[in-house]
Amino acid sequence: MSLADYPLVRHWIGTDGDRLVIRTGKVDIGQRISSALARIAHEELSLPLERIEVAPVTTAGLDEGITSGSLSIEHSGSALRAAAATLRAHVTDLAVARSGGTPKDWSWQDGTLTRPGLNRPLPVLALIAEADPDLAADPTLAPQPPAATAPHMRGISDLVTGRYTFLPDLDLPGMRHARVLRPPHARATLEALDDSAAEKLADRDIRLIRDGSFLALAGPDEWAVTKALATLAAACTWDTPPLPEDDVFARLTAETARRFPVTGGVPAEGPVRAPLEDTLTKARFERPYLLHAALAPSAALAEWDGAALRIRSHSQGIHALRDSIATSLDLPADAVEITHHPNAGCYGHNGADDAALDAALIARAIPGTPILLKYTRADEHGWEPFAPAMALDLAARLVNGQIEAIDAEVFSDTHRGRPRAGANDAGPRRLLSNRFRDPAWPAPEAAPNMNRHGGMHRNLDPAYTIPEKRLIKNLVAGLPHRTSALRCLGNTTNIFGLESLMDMLAEEAGQDPFAFRRVHLDDPRSIAVLDRLEALARDTPRAMGHGIAFAQYKNAMTRTAVAVDIDLTDASEIRLRRAIVVADAGRVIDPEGLAAQLEGGFLQGASIALHEEITWDRGGITSRDWDSYPVLRFDNVPEITVEIIADPGNPPAGAGEATPGPAIAAIANALCDATGLRMFRTPFTPDALTRAALAG
Amino acid sequence: MALTLSINGEPREIEADPETPLAYVLRNELGLKGTKIGCGLEQCGACMILADGAPFPSCAAPAASFAGKEITTIEGIASRPAGARVQAAFIAETAAQCGYCTAGLVVACTALLEANPSPTEDEAKSALAPNLCRCGAHPRVLRALARAAT
Repeated sequence: MSLADYPLVRHWIGTDGDRLVIRTGKVDIGQRISSALARIAHEELSLPLERIEVAPVTTAGLDEGITSGSLSIEHSGSALRAAAATLRAHVTDLAVARSGGTPKDWSWQDGTLTRPGLNRPLPVLALIAEADPDLAADPTLAPQPPAATAPHMRGISDLVTGRYTFLPDLDLPGMRHARVLRPPHARATLEALDDSAAEKLADRDIRLIRDGSFLALAGPDEWAVTKALATLAAACTWDTPPLPEDDVFARLTAETARRFPVTGGVPAEGPVRAPLEDTLTKARFERPYLLHAALAPSAALAEWDGAALRIRSHSQGIHALRDSIATSLDLPADAVEITHHPNAGCYGHNGADDAALDAALIARAIPGTPILLKYTRADEHGWEPFAPAMALDLAARLVNGQIEAIDAEVFSDTHRGRPRAGANDAGPRRLLSNRFRDPAWPAPEAAPNMNRHGGMHRNLDPAYTIPEKRLIKNLVAGLPHRTSALRCLGNTTNIFGLESLMDMLAEEAGQDPFAFRRVHLDDPRSIAVLDRLEALARDTPRAMGHGIAFAQYKNAMTRTAVAVDIDLTDASEIRLRRAIVVADAGRVIDPEGLAAQLEGGFLQGASIALHEEITWDRGGITSRDWDSYPVLRFDNVPEITVEIIADPGNPPAGAGEATPGPAIAAIANALCDATGLRMFRTPFTPDALTRAALAG
Repeated sequence: MALTLSINGEPREIEADPETPLAYVLRNELGLKGTKIGCGLEQCGACMILADGAPFPSCAAPAASFAGKEITTIEGIASRPAGARVQAAFIAETAAQCGYCTAGLVVACTALLEANPSPTEDEAKSALAPNLCRCGAHPRVLRALARAAT
């Protein structure tokens, strides 16, 4: 899509004279895309990395959609590679025209072009500045071989010295710090506000901004504003109907769902077949609502000059956000400009977009003043768009050691809550504070994601060869919480279930987990990944429990096999001892960055498996800090071995989402190996293990 | 009476309300924005500083409670031999993903190595447990710590 929309070399690459400037529509969300892009340009154009700059990503620049789905390298990376390779050939021709020889006489080195017999090498950047502006990028050119220089993470020196500026660190002259005061929960509305509150706050140089039930404070002193939230809260009377407390898993059924048969990863409108018969092995797998829980609460900086809004946001989709904010404020789209600025890693649609609207609402009330809005930890934990609770019903028919048929029905609320264009103002209605303004923009009804492996059905289709499959997506509405995209979408639950089932079936078939999986795989690259894992695992000392899992992300991207060794303490706590990750992500651009994504994904999956669960009662969300929503910490990080099967002949596949699903499943399988307990719902807390043991 | 704090080896007169948490004073009054705020609840370690060489969260405790202590922030950590080693090791091991936890971790690793120059793997893991990382850069951080250890 990227090259189709932006076909010219100059769309992707330019020069400011001193440096090469790369343009991209993909943003850094902790996945190091800018480091990988710089490396591509470095490989193709032989320029030192310090002379390669990645231009700020703004709504005035390239629109590559949302930065998500592990597609940054496939989209932006492939386009940039084509542009750079084309530019290399073109610049070589310019060198020939200027100083003779034939193209193959010229060699590229460290920012210069030279050929035998030439006294003065030609500077690459000067030739690039003369390049034909209408040059179209040719995606068929062969890439240069991988660079020998050590990969370098952009910004690492600034990070370790504290000089790196994250969005919450921005500071502009005359800037005001802002906070919001949220209602007790999503269904509450502001009934009354004590009139004297605004005066009391004004005495402390703090402005109160109100629009319906949306409340915010802004002032010059950040701590004074933070403290003033308590004053404001005391002045509010809320109408607070109880949040529904019924069991959400009991509502994840076909009864109220919109149902879609899924074939080859693609859902369709149409009749849903009756369940398969003679399926003897059945199991239901579940996961609760989850948080993204970025380490930095979301933030945004906005300034309104009376006619236009300029916003800095860490949103993954600045173009769609720009349109949604413009509609929210009844402004033309070109009156809103959003520039991406990094904040902490986000792992999907977190509070970034909501924060941008909030900053805009406050900025518009205080013209000519930069507004830096930050959420508190409780705001982020309590109000970010949650990853939906999910259930997966599985049934399989095993004949002579082979799976003859599988029936898989997945149940979930939508994973698609990003503010993007759609019918009935779906964009603005997905921004949180619009629901509290007067007039309010009520939450939109979720539209099913019908894309291949697009939503809850991501990896619902087993990557294994199974003669008969019945796969159903069930979109359930009317559940208690606002939901959206978390890294991997439905994959984490589907792979948790399917790979647990594979172990259950392997045991029934009397086969070991490796052999049983291989029997059902045709793809040589998948088998190679499993074989390598088996070889590595054989040489690793075992703990109390050992488990494996395999997946190919979206059945089309990175192939990943994971082995985990765990111990169980006397207090039923899972201790992660060792993990092995083997992955084939095609051509590797930044091996360090790839390994980091695989390790990081494994640990996020482990955190989901062991700890993560949103809780609430009738009064609101109760998991609003790191004690009530615990995550994996250093003291339970296993020794992790990552092995990448590099395949330079194949296109690169993103790997940011390859490991969480297999990590969860491998831990569940290791737990079963250690204790005989098959766990069907995350997280595997000591309480959950004890309950399962007593029930079993 | 105005509050004076010793920060990175220099006495600094503080104008802010002495009840202001130290991290807000560092960031907003002194412009030392390397200290991050992640929770304001002393639960995540992003705001870790050294107070008389010991690691301490700065996001909630009042600035006044640090009076008389020698405070070292990420901006001053390189002046300590262990700190400079830890920074170099984090770069060598690319021990960051998004990097929001990095400053707090560099401080925590420095404190650990000053107290225990050759920590075991288990000692390292439990010493860093107060510091959250959500991207999963833990293995790299542990490798960096091992590289910086003597």
